[in-house]
Amino acid sequence: MIPQSIQDLFKKFGSLPVVVGCLFITTLYVSVCNLAFSEGSALHVSTYTVTLFGKYLCYALLALAVDLVWGYCGILSLGHGAFFALGGYAMGMYLMRQIGDRGVYGNPELPDFMVFLNWESLPWYWAGSDSFIWMIFMVLAGPGLLAYIFGSMAFRSRVSGVYLSIMTQAMTYALMLAFFRNEMGFGGNNGLTDFKDILGFSLQSDTTRIVLFALTALFLALGFALCHFIVNSKMGRVVTAIRDSESRVRFIGYKPEHYKVWIFVVSAMLAGIAGAMYVPQVGIINPGEFSPLNSIEMVIWVAIGGRGSLYGAIIGALVVSYAKTRFTAIMPEAWLYALGGLFVLVTLLLPKGIAGFVPSVLDKFKQAKKDKSIAEKRAAEVKS
Amino acid sequence: MINKAGSPLLEEENIQPDTRHGVILYVEDVSVSFDGFKALNDLSLYINDGELRCLIGANGAGKTTLMDVITGKTRPDVGKVSFGQQVNLLDMDEAQIARAGIGRKFQKPTVFEMLTVFENLELSLAGDKGIWTNLFHKLSGEQKDEIDKILQTIGLQKERFMLAGALSHGQKQWLEIGMLLAAKPRLLLVDEPVAGMTAQETERTAELLTSLAGEHSVVVVEHDMAFVRSIARKVTVLHQGSVLAEGSMSEIQTNPEVVRVYLGEDQGAA
Amino acid sequence: MLRTFCLIFTMLISALSATASAAEDFDALINQLPHKNLRNITPLLEKIAAQDDERVRFVLTEIVNGDLYYLKSNKQVVSIRKTPDGDYQLTAIIGEQALENQSKSAMKKIRTSNRIRSDIRGLLAQLDLTHKKEAVRLAAVKQILDDPNSESIALIKKHLKTEKSEDVVQLMETAMAVNQFKTGSVQEKTSATKALKNSLEPSVRNAMVQELNRLSEYKNSELSEDDKALKAALTKAIDSIKQKRSIYEFIENLFFGLSLGSVLLLAAIGLAITFGVMGVINMAHGEMIMLGAYTTYVVQQLFPQWIDYSLFIAIPAAFIVSGSVGILIERGVIRFLKGRPLETLLATFGISLILQQLVRTIFSPLNRTVAAPEWMSGSWQINPIFSITYNRLYIVIFALAVFFALLAFMKRSSLGLHVRAVAQNREMARALSVRSDRVDAITFGLGSGIAGIAGVVLSQLTNVGPNLGQSYIIDSFLVVVFGGVGNLWGTLVAAMSLGSFNKFLEPLTGSVLANIIVLVGLVLFIQKRPKGLFPQKGRAAE
Repeated sequence: MIPQSIQDLFKKFGSLPVVVGCLFITTLYVSVCNLAFSEGSALHVSTYTVTLFGKYLCYALLALAVDLVWGYCGILSLGHGAFFALGGYAMGMYLMRQIGDRGVYGNPELPDFMVFLNWESLPWYWAGSDSFIWMIFMVLAGPGLLAYIFGSMAFRSRVSGVYLSIMTQAMTYALMLAFFRNEMGFGGNNGLTDFKDILGFSLQSDTTRIVLFALTALFLALGFALCHFIVNSKMGRVVTAIRDSESRVRFIGYKPEHYKVWIFVVSAMLAGIAGAMYVPQVGIINPGEFSPLNSIEMVIWVAIGGRGSLYGAIIGALVVSYAKTRFTAIMPEAWLYALGGLFVLVTLLLPKGIAGFVPSVLDKFKQAKKDKSIAEKRAAEVKS
Repeated sequence: MINKAGSPLLEEENIQPDTRHGVILYVEDVSVSFDGFKALNDLSLYINDGELRCLIGANGAGKTTLMDVITGKTRPDVGKVSFGQQVNLLDMDEAQIARAGIGRKFQKPTVFEMLTVFENLELSLAGDKGIWTNLFHKLSGEQKDEIDKILQTIGLQKERFMLAGALSHGQKQWLEIGMLLAAKPRLLLVDEPVAGMTAQETERTAELLTSLAGEHSVVVVEHDMAFVRSIARKVTVLHQGSVLAEGSMSEIQTNPEVVRVYLGEDQGAA
Repeated sequence: MLRTFCLIFTMLISALSATASAAEDFDALINQLPHKNLRNITPLLEKIAAQDDERVRFVLTEIVNGDLYYLKSNKQVVSIRKTPDGDYQLTAIIGEQALENQSKSAMKKIRTSNRIRSDIRGLLAQLDLTHKKEAVRLAAVKQILDDPNSESIALIKKHLKTEKSEDVVQLMETAMAVNQFKTGSVQEKTSATKALKNSLEPSVRNAMVQELNRLSEYKNSELSEDDKALKAALTKAIDSIKQKRSIYEFIENLFFGLSLGSVLLLAAIGLAITFGVMGVINMAHGEMIMLGAYTTYVVQQLFPQWIDYSLFIAIPAAFIVSGSVGILIERGVIRFLKGRPLETLLATFGISLILQQLVRTIFSPLNRTVAAPEWMSGSWQINPIFSITYNRLYIVIFALAVFFALLAFMKRSSLGLHVRAVAQNREMARALSVRSDRVDAITFGLGSGIAGIAGVVLSQLTNVGPNLGQSYIIDSFLVVVFGGVGNLWGTLVAAMSLGSFNKFLEPLTGSVLANIIVLVGLVLFIQKRPKGLFPQKGRAAE
């Protein structure tokens, strides 16, 4: 059973302090165990595990982004991988420029793949990519702009439901094809990799990895707080109302398309941040991240965790990612069966996901307790 | 009377329809066709300021399509629709029309099922409908009082924290009427308000609608002839997309053409 | 007809070789080969060439290639092929049976010189020019046309009078004109140019361009009047050829576009039924296509001896396999998700993952090759620069046939009527005692079955792999949405126009970029007109 004090906290502030607290404790535990204990120690957490956790937290942030648009606004985006990858590429470009003349070809200006393609100078859209500030800007602006353009066109012409889902999928598919081309100037097939350091700190060092991990946890906490604030504001209620009946919202004077674009852009930016944090920890970004399958996997995180519940999205991402890691290590063949089966089972049997399932079981439990106590009371009354 | 303080960008919130001629809604020579089928055919209709008007007509006569045209859901092929003398509704979308002061209740009750009754009313309140203001919006004491008042009017005080999806059909109808009231429109379009209501509820609805007339203008579409008789002062009969007759209930009932094409059949059926 | 040919053939041969005697046996002539030397072999070869025997051509070609030997032991004439392990594989000319492999020391080559080889080539050309089959004669003339010399032109002149086929005569005249153009005086060149201005042969154009380039090196003042006339005629002729070529290029692109469109049509039309008519989002549609392709593979594995007829078995088999899997999916999953399109999308996506993995487990993740039957290969050469491959042609015809069959089914059959009724108003249809559950299952099976047929066709175009279907699912959805949901004709128009658009864009941008442009264009289009090219109007469509 969940301790009573946590339940009270839940009632008062919702899931916000619980989630932030859990994140804080995990980060602290992982960092201390990684840095303070030596490798032989039983309490030691390996750097590999730290990076793995960092990856999971990136996925959790991404799941949050998907949940914000799908769970609360009813927009099923099958293209959120595109925003994630764009954020990742923005970070990748910056890291690429940090390599400097330490590349295979030793060109101080151009990344290796451009030298390989016999390019003379950087393409215009690489301008400023060696600046950290510019990178931060691009991590937000790249996905945000794409979401704004796509969203304002789609929502203004009232494309919705399945049509929108398929269009988002087509969007990420087109981007994947585009990024596979060498001429695009993003490294083609191989993507961007062989990163050396970030802000002068080596990406290989344990400390940098811990800091990156902690930062990811921080961003996840901030993202959670932001989403929590949005969905609990009046705006969040308008968004929920749009999910339930878009035309009714329109007839009481709101412009659903504005709200949808806004929430879509916020969500895309969150996904972009997740991508940007993912790249330095994993060490590579390639066009495979745009593949429609990736985007759909994000949706399944949210579906399993429970859409329309922010902490559910996080749980879903963590559970599914962990299962994937285990499965692919033990029997890689079975993973797609498991994933496919999850899709079918969750939609058929668990439409509200884990977050919907657990409380309903708890409710039933409580109800049973209540019924029991009422019955006992009645029995006592009858006796007296 | 109506708190219309909003951002200057949303000018339609400050629209005051010009009703110097006593007419609040002009619908002139409007035609709409779907794949060759004429849903509205050269229809003209004028609603006076503060009037309670009933629209009747057989299925397919064009009642709902007319509502759709007025609220901006359907664009007419030809014709003119204006709010007061000067506000051209054909240039505005649904949200703008709603903000300008035309409220609508649907045939099928549509409320936000995953929000509570209270929240449903909160969203419907007149006021700024922009994103940023809503992100940091806090209900004022006045607004809370207003919602309480409406809850009382529609008799849903006890259900205020219930999800709207859990309400009964009749309660949803009332909630939707309440949402209309919260928006404080100048003109109310009410599509079949008493469908699925008990006799008692129907009576209360009739009372409510008649009390609204005067301050608001109300257009009611209804099939229930008894209900129409109980509230109507002026009735317009639609037939095959145009106005067949207009006048008081007794005039309509004695109009030979109306008797032939509508009342006759309907009464025969009823 | 055949008899006349034979008659002409024999007449020609007797006219050509002075010492010809039909009585002399081919086998006997071959047996004389080992006994001849360089000086006296030519008359024997001429005699062999004069024989009315199918092996003549083979023997002469083998001599030219230096592959004709005789065994030292018994003077038996053989043709040899080197085996990978250094030995030689022997085939006796007489009797045509394979002999034991031998090392080279046991054999001796039938020796020839350059002159003899050139003589033999002349004999071969002559043989081809008098061949019974028109296609062989055409090919022979064409070879001469590409590189004319005085001897071959003389041959052509000789056979021109007796040639009966219009096409061959025309080509012979072109060849002579080309020769005249290459070797004649300036005036002759000019007249040859005028005669050749309608020819589409690549070598004609090359020769003209070469000549024009040569003339262009001189200043105008340095050219004689005749040269100027030639130059003008050349410019005009090249322009006219260019124009014609561009017309044919356009037609070719159009045809490629239509054939791509047909593939899209086949892939999308099943979806037009399940998504368009029933409103069910089936993300596993691509896997239905894939199953069809694998069915073709299995059918070919089961009946390896009947590759030519395998498609006729594969088409119904694929329809049944994919159709029944479709019905299983509908009964097992989709019917529980009625009215929840996004959930249906997710669940069917899960099914698609399972099906893909299933195929990987059963058939391995590697691509499988499906053999093409004989009659699907080859192409229909309409003119020198324009040909249509048979497989594309059949696919276009087949796709249209499937489309019209489906259209007829939907419009004419009572089941089709039920399907449309359920699609438009389920409650009403049920009230009229249509069994909507059964109709749903059958419709879904039908759509999936057609996807299976599409898979059979795709197996003829690409390798069959687990990801085959995935690459078509987005395209198929876009085709259906572009054409207007619920409108079969719209699907046809959308598929064909997208296919053509893609193919016309390809030469300008490359295929990947063309793909991207089409995708982006479609996304923009759907945002402008969410209901597609041919939307359904009215309140029912809301």
